[in-house]
Amino acid sequence: MAGKEDLKLLGLVVSPFAIRVRMALGIKGVSYEYVEEDMFNKSDLLLASNPVHKKVPVLIHNGKPVCESLVIVQYVDELFAGPPILPADPYERATARFWAAFVDDKLTPAWIGILKAETEDERAEKATETLAVIRQVEEALANTLADGRAFFGGDSIGYLDVVLGSCLFWFDALRRMRGVEIIDSGRTPLLAAWAERFRENAEAKGVVPGADEAVQYANKLAAAAAAK
Amino acid sequence: MAGEKKGLQLLDLWVSPFGQRCRIALAEKGLPYEYLEQDLGNKSELLLRSNPVHKKIPVLLHDGRPVCESLIIVQYIDEAFPGNAPALLPADPYARAQARFWADYVDKKLYDCGTRLWKLKGEAQQQARKEMLDILRTLDAALGDAKFFGGEAFGFADVALAPFTAWFLTYERHGEFSVEKECPRLAAWAKRCGERESVAKTLSSPEKVYEFVGVLKKRFGIE
Repeated sequence: MAGKEDLKLLGLVVSPFAIRVRMALGIKGVSYEYVEEDMFNKSDLLLASNPVHKKVPVLIHNGKPVCESLVIVQYVDELFAGPPILPADPYERATARFWAAFVDDKLTPAWIGILKAETEDERAEKATETLAVIRQVEEALANTLADGRAFFGGDSIGYLDVVLGSCLFWFDALRRMRGVEIIDSGRTPLLAAWAERFRENAEAKGVVPGADEAVQYANKLAAAAAAK
Repeated sequence: MAGEKKGLQLLDLWVSPFGQRCRIALAEKGLPYEYLEQDLGNKSELLLRSNPVHKKIPVLLHDGRPVCESLIIVQYIDEAFPGNAPALLPADPYARAQARFWADYVDKKLYDCGTRLWKLKGEAQQQARKEMLDILRTLDAALGDAKFFGGEAFGFADVALAPFTAWFLTYERHGEFSVEKECPRLAAWAKRCGERESVAKTLSSPEKVYEFVGVLKKRFGIE
């Protein structure tokens, strides 16, 4: 059922967190109004809807805000019929949640650290950290894909695919900007193959931007930081 | 093979608020389990095998299969035993989202800030104190006049925060403030939680927590 719901998503084109929510809504075939936020000039609506964190994404459903990308994705999954995003089995759900939390708690701060690093040493340190973390994901993927499935979620994309896949274009940007290869077919063959499949996925194609946009945004952030 | 025991086992540390979340959830559901106290200075084979990624407690083993990360464990307990009342997450998706948001907020903010509050001195400690007051006031406002974060019923967000009430005394002494004075609604909520058998039987006493932090400080060479 994808009736006329009043759905508004406050997001940012280059935010992996916002992209996750767009993918989730896409999987469910639900239409929504998308509002691009200017993070240098946050809207009153954003500040009112997410007073605690003041961040995107925020999903406003019938006037009520839901914040935090993983919370929103689960909300969308539970509210709307259509292909399931989280698996049905409680143990598989726990596993998907574990790796999603790992991506957000360990992997994302590491690769963002490469971007934010102010010295070569710091950059190298963060790159090493990121590569170590991605290796752990590669090992986990080996266990999951052992049964020949295309995605973490099975034949179609699921929770962990959306969570990790939403970061891929930033990995491409980092390759271009910093020469760091986070995923490559040599060191992380399973993830490289999965990434190819993810990029070809229709839901991803709709909302994942190119690396160019990420590079542009990173330059914008750097300029703003330098101006301070 | 060792570790594939039937039923529930919890690898934990007595004072851990994260482990206590799991114990509270298990008690609320009336689920029997084997409690296995871990020595984090000399980690067991079972712990390292069950949580190779983080090597941390708590870990819940269900028929030998490990579930890691306290809030994930609590959700697993809720979902794997749907026949055991009470439901820790409400039925309504929006209420569920709110519960998850606040549990996530506690995870992101409280323990880390608390650690800085007792570890650091001078300017840095003052900053931590300021942040702690902000966090507690935010939680106080979110609770409002409700009985629990879940509304009428004790639920997921309450389980996430309840163990930290035993740490309030430690935060108060290091930050020189009173939760009762700064956040009366939160203080009242803490009392209500403490009246629940699951919480009362699980939490360490505030003085024991303070003593534990004192031992940690000595170990880190902090006065």
